[in-house]
Amino acid sequence: MLDSDVQPPDVTRSSTGSTLLRMRDLTMRYGSRTVIDSLSLDVKPAEKLAIIGPSGSGKTTILRLAMGLERPSAGTIWIDGQYLWHVERNGATIPAGDSQARRARRAVGMVFQQFNLFPHMTALQNVAEPLVHVLHMSRKDARERAVDLLSRVGLSTHLDHRPAQMSGGQQQRVAIARSLALRPKLMLFDEVTSALDPELVGEVLRVIRDLAHTTSMAMMIVTHEITFAGDIADRVVVFDHGRIVEEGAPEVVLRRPQSPRTQQFLKAILER
Amino acid sequence: MGRRPSGAAAITIANEMTFQWDWGFAFQALPSLLRGLVFTLEATFFGSLLAFTLGLVWAVVRLAEVPVASQVIRLWVEFLRGTPLLIQLYFLFFIFPSYGVTLPALETGILGLGIYFSAYASEVYRAGIEGVPRGQWEAALALGLPLRRMWGRIVLPQAMRFAVPVFGNYVIGMFKESAILSTISVLELIGQANIVSAETARYVEPLTMAALIFLVISYPAARLVRLLEARLSAG
Repeated sequence: MLDSDVQPPDVTRSSTGSTLLRMRDLTMRYGSRTVIDSLSLDVKPAEKLAIIGPSGSGKTTILRLAMGLERPSAGTIWIDGQYLWHVERNGATIPAGDSQARRARRAVGMVFQQFNLFPHMTALQNVAEPLVHVLHMSRKDARERAVDLLSRVGLSTHLDHRPAQMSGGQQQRVAIARSLALRPKLMLFDEVTSALDPELVGEVLRVIRDLAHTTSMAMMIVTHEITFAGDIADRVVVFDHGRIVEEGAPEVVLRRPQSPRTQQFLKAILER
Repeated sequence: MGRRPSGAAAITIANEMTFQWDWGFAFQALPSLLRGLVFTLEATFFGSLLAFTLGLVWAVVRLAEVPVASQVIRLWVEFLRGTPLLIQLYFLFFIFPSYGVTLPALETGILGLGIYFSAYASEVYRAGIEGVPRGQWEAALALGLPLRRMWGRIVLPQAMRFAVPVFGNYVIGMFKESAILSTISVLELIGQANIVSAETARYVEPLTMAALIFLVISYPAARLVRLLEARLSAG
């Protein structure tokens, strides 16, 4: 249902074959604390990746790095044909500034734990804003498209509601529509149901599940909803202390985990 | 020492003259005072405009961490806040002309008020901008909004919700502070009251009427600002 809306990733154009995101030897330090520890991770076009792991293991940080919200202490991030924080010149990869990051970010969209809707705008304006100011659509076209997107997340009756007038689940669905509007090739979901009341989790997961099954957009999903992760992921990655301790197909990682850390973590989650 | 007693005697004599409030004279002074009020309002209006525009510039340059410029602005704002408005006005009015910069009194006053209050306005903008949650910046960044839109559409509108009521109070403050322009010969409300007083040697009526005019305007204005504040905080 949504696939007509999202462009298929242009695999042929990318120079490294079937890789959309390539993170190499990433390290992220805050002061003396190492949050990501020389981590490498690839995401293929259309791949649905679930990231799980204990809190403080660097899951959110890896998404923030992929979005370009933070500059890594070391390592490279390559996304859809270009580096986030580097440029290639005469065969060498040299550090670059914000303008390069700004270009590279275009391929990526992100949905946040706290929604981060613009509180002074209606649902419709939230979605239309980037269409007008990033894609330079006319107000009229942007509005049409925003209405379309909002009805797809089940909010056609809430177009003129402000975030404060909506439930958390509704706000998060607006946030998803807002990110979808720009047709990213990679969507990042950062614990998008963690801030929600339990009865509102389902409606948001349904929207994401629908997206996962109907679009060719790649996704990186950080979540504590293990069942949900198992349902939609092509691959599950387990984080601990800023490293990947295990990865593989969900039925393997979630049912027969090899690493003791994964076993511990899953046990703790299931006993919750 | 020898002069003290005679001075004291003079005061005694003055006190013995019973003061009579003269309504007729008070109303006679009114047209002059209202002429002065026009200048007061003009100074307040254009002074505010200048203050809020410059204040925004100071705040954005400081927060954008522009090398050198941010430091210079920081010192500039400290200077404006750390010295009396009166001295700043004297500089503009008495000292700059000797370097060839001459402006009419009212324009000098507007400039002085505007620059002085811009320092305070910049702090309000700064607090407002810093009060915008980090997530708002990040959402704008993730959506790829250009820097100009990020500030213009996302950050500043939210900062203004905080700033507008404070600015309302600043306008009222400037309205009253503008009385100081009488010291650089602007014939605003107090300047006019002084003239009437000097001409007639009666001080109480003109100054009281001037004070009343200030009150009649600033009190409802303050109520209005409080109303606005309540509405904005209600969402």
